[in-house]
Amino acid sequence: MTTNPGEFVLGEPIADTAAPDGPLAERWTRRRSTGRLVNPANRRRLDVIVVGSGLAGGSAAATLGELGYRVRCYCYQDSPRRAHSIAAQGGINAAKNYRNDGDSVERLFHDTIKGGDFRSRESNVYRLAEVSVEIIDQCVAQGVPFAREYGGLLDTRSFGGAQVSRTFYARGQTGQQLLLGAYQALERQVNAGTVTMHTRHEMLDLIVVDGRARGIVVRDLETGAVTVDLADAVVLASGGYGNVFHLSTNAKGCNVTASWRAHRRGALFANPAFTQIHPTCIPVSGDHQSKLTLMSESLRNDGRVWVPAEAGDTRAPGDIPEDERDYFLERRYPAYGNLVPRDIASRATKAVCDDGRGVGPGGRGVYLDFADALERLGRATVEARYGNLFEMYERITGDDPYQTPMRIYPAVHYTMGGLWVDYDLRSTIPGLFVIGEANFSDHGANRLGASALMQGLADGYFVLPNTIGAYLADGPFPKLTPKHPDVVEARTAVTDQVRRLLTIDGDRSVDSFHRELGRIMWEYCGMERTDAGLRKAIELIRSLREEFWARVKVPGTGAELNQSLERAGRVADFFELAELMCVDALHRTESCGGHFRAESQTPDGEALRDDEHFSYVAAWEHATPPVLHKEELAFEYETPSQRSYS
Amino acid sequence: MVVSGTRDRAAAATPPAPGRKAVYRSTVGAKGVMAVSGLLLLLFLVAHMAGNLKIFFGAESFDHYAHWLRDIGAPVLPHTWYLWIQRFVLTAALVGHAWAATVLALRAKRARPVRYAHRPKVQGSYAARTMRWGGVIILLFLVWHLLDLTVGTVNPVGNPATPYANVVAGFAPSRWPVTLFYALAVVAIGFHVRHGLFSALRTLGQRTAKGEQRARVAALGFAIILCAGFLSVPFAVLVGLVG
Amino acid sequence: MKLTLRIWRQKDRDARGRMVAYDVDGLSADMSFLEVLDVLNEQLTTAGDEPVAFDHDCREGICGACGMVINGVAHGPQKLTTACQLHMRHFKDGDTIDVEPWRARAFPVVKDLVVDRSAFDRIIQAGGYISAPTGSAPDAHATPVPKVDADAAFEAAACIGCGACVAACPNGSAMLFTAAKVAHLGTLPQGQPERPSRATSMLAAHDEAGFGGCTNTGECTAVCPKGIPLTVIGSLNHDVLGAAVRGR
Repeated sequence: MTTNPGEFVLGEPIADTAAPDGPLAERWTRRRSTGRLVNPANRRRLDVIVVGSGLAGGSAAATLGELGYRVRCYCYQDSPRRAHSIAAQGGINAAKNYRNDGDSVERLFHDTIKGGDFRSRESNVYRLAEVSVEIIDQCVAQGVPFAREYGGLLDTRSFGGAQVSRTFYARGQTGQQLLLGAYQALERQVNAGTVTMHTRHEMLDLIVVDGRARGIVVRDLETGAVTVDLADAVVLASGGYGNVFHLSTNAKGCNVTASWRAHRRGALFANPAFTQIHPTCIPVSGDHQSKLTLMSESLRNDGRVWVPAEAGDTRAPGDIPEDERDYFLERRYPAYGNLVPRDIASRATKAVCDDGRGVGPGGRGVYLDFADALERLGRATVEARYGNLFEMYERITGDDPYQTPMRIYPAVHYTMGGLWVDYDLRSTIPGLFVIGEANFSDHGANRLGASALMQGLADGYFVLPNTIGAYLADGPFPKLTPKHPDVVEARTAVTDQVRRLLTIDGDRSVDSFHRELGRIMWEYCGMERTDAGLRKAIELIRSLREEFWARVKVPGTGAELNQSLERAGRVADFFELAELMCVDALHRTESCGGHFRAESQTPDGEALRDDEHFSYVAAWEHATPPVLHKEELAFEYETPSQRSYS
Repeated sequence: MVVSGTRDRAAAATPPAPGRKAVYRSTVGAKGVMAVSGLLLLLFLVAHMAGNLKIFFGAESFDHYAHWLRDIGAPVLPHTWYLWIQRFVLTAALVGHAWAATVLALRAKRARPVRYAHRPKVQGSYAARTMRWGGVIILLFLVWHLLDLTVGTVNPVGNPATPYANVVAGFAPSRWPVTLFYALAVVAIGFHVRHGLFSALRTLGQRTAKGEQRARVAALGFAIILCAGFLSVPFAVLVGLVG
Repeated sequence: MKLTLRIWRQKDRDARGRMVAYDVDGLSADMSFLEVLDVLNEQLTTAGDEPVAFDHDCREGICGACGMVINGVAHGPQKLTTACQLHMRHFKDGDTIDVEPWRARAFPVVKDLVVDRSAFDRIIQAGGYISAPTGSAPDAHATPVPKVDADAAFEAAACIGCGACVAACPNGSAMLFTAAKVAHLGTLPQGQPERPSRATSMLAAHDEAGFGGCTNTGECTAVCPKGIPLTVIGSLNHDVLGAAVRGR
């Protein structure tokens, strides 16, 4: 059945029935103290599958193992320690108020709701802020080497324009240190025999039997063997889908496949259009580019962003006199200058490049200049603050930022959307739980800096282990065998797809399709979206997808380590997701957070929300055309306000 | 109770630390043997070198020193007992040292069954990479050296009662290949000590950056002093300062 | 820019491998080494050949997935740099470059440049953690940690588990990897209770995996992309021998 681009059907509204009511501050405590528990003797008989081993999956698998469940954890990498959480640089927020600067759970809650542009749930966000405090305790006990002051206490910094200093960090490698903490806890459980780790395995389908998620189909990436794993519950912690743009700050392997297959099996996908674009990345240097590297946003504290005032000015930056430069952020946003929020900085950057004033190869870049800072602070101070970032920049570009200004350009960084979950982190398929970036729950339309790590660990260490019991208390569920027709069907679907990809034997590589898909998404579903653009994108995606299934070339066989085959399956799912993202972006005619619709902006070009029509979560059901279920958002404690930075 | 019950399960499954025995059988255990035996041998070398320098005080002084060695510990220990104890300890150290080296070398060989097609560049220490061959050369030298100046079999004089004469004869200019071999062996010992002492200290738990600097300086210092001390004797014989 | 790459090709664990030469053209100095392999693979794919398998993921030098011996040096000629962050401006047009997998018995080759590093996970399983089950933690400020210790712990904890140390070690030893974790956890007050048993258990797992012993040659630290210092090995030795002497 073919549909018109952007067509969808409005389905029944959906509601989060798991969230307790009553005073916001007591909801999580009440949920924990009234939720059903599983007898410890029974936990040994309950199987839980965790897909993904990043901050969310690793911490969940470890904690569930500690509780005594029989856990099996899967990751596509060769070790759970390689999950992409490892690359997070900045830090992790927690409402500890160690600085006595007025921070509190309430304030972190408020900042997160506001940062998400009032498109997230109060109950979830409050819980996140509450749990943040315990995360730091837990990580310190595990030996995470956070930065410390001379007195031996933890150091914090202010991050992403926050007015309080609540970000804990371990140099520029906070994600790495937190992930290694979770990884070590996980390996401890592997040693204890409560968790079995399956590396180099990729989940390729979800097994749903009698309406419950009962297992997964996995492919052993080394041998190619496709097997099923049956369990009482499945936890997806498979990360975000930023790689739909091909170039992003995500790892090369990051993919949507696990989430997408669950979506195809009935799990609703919420707010797919909400993606975050980070303004300070190293620009693309050519067609060969395989990924974009993020540089900490802290650079904007001292660097000044500018482009030549005239389009087509190809002089070296040092030869352009002061009065022929346009410090466009300072000019347009005098109050905040270079420190405007991520999305505003990103869009302004794109606008000047669209004007033809961009710098560097392809004209897709702007200068981030430290000349003033070097003069004002001296080289030693600049080096102390940004030395490692400057080194990284020089290693990649070959340019020395102490001599010539850096070049930066925005890149896709994080996806706020994901599988829809209720307060218990349960998807619309009973027995399927989704945690971390893979779910949509806490960041609304935009995520605050240093909050991704917080959410991943909150879900994995504290929330899921406390809420999954309510579901598993009904287990163990009837024993299944691999011969069950639904299991066989799921497995066959996977083997069929593998065979199909291998037999097309066309003339274009998987990567060439992925790159082209990424260009379409970046152009039409990136920083700025329009009705016409999105419609065009959907048509382009559809025809490219057809071409993919006719012309893709996947060399080798299915019975071996075949990286082209792995990528082909992932790209195939990205095609479907890409269309849904465009549909979602098209239907949401307001601008909010990371979603900017050119048609909905204030006179000074700011994102203009439409609370009257769009104060809801868009949860999509897989169908042709897709079915939209709205979850209305109620704000009892926060009053939605319009953001203003000019 | 419930929670602690399940946690016990996790805790109980953690294997108890392998005992002392396992440590001695581990690679670090072998290295410990290597380090301790190496340090003993180094102590001996220092004493040996210091004794050698007595040669500059004349034949009488040197021969007297050689005889005195046989009486150390007297009257508690009978004549030559100390020397035999020392010989026993040194032999044990040598055997232990060679045993540990062999164990580790075989392990290293097994640890990389397929070699690199592109021969790896040396990034670290050159002295360290020559420990094994250096050790074998030193061992061969030792055999010769004992036959030459201790047992006297291959020495032109070979009289245990006249060590001074043995030395002078052994390093006589006409026997230059012997002297050259001696000199090369001493340099090999220098390299060996330079990395060996540093390595022994590391094995025995040296673990600070400053300590590492000191260990490197000490190792280099010992290596140079030993080389200079040991080489001074044949050099002196060669140029006629001693004769 | 044009290069000749001589790459180790091996079909699977049991197959015999060999070096195969490929010419790659149209490269730019701004490419990373892995992007060169991408270009080669694109070439091979469209020509109907099997692309070269290699591990990689984050491509920003932190996940530790990539690793190959380039002209005899693990991760190539640039110090403190993983293969994914190694850029072609460090090579000359027309160069012939040898690319091999990590070679160690404990890291069997899976295919081409991909090796099995699960031995590292087993070393961590043996004790590379602090037993702090979720929910049992005291307040983060309950135990102050002197800044020097926190910094030293961080320095050791920066290890990305890539395995370059093993690849470079003439003994095929994983002592730098093992010791980095021992030093990280052993430097912190939280790590003290398990310190003696941790070092011995991890060492036992290290030896069991078939890695060689350390001879302090320092090849490991020279190629380590995170510059883990050789001193961490002293910490491991100290903890292991100390535990043995004290009979713990």
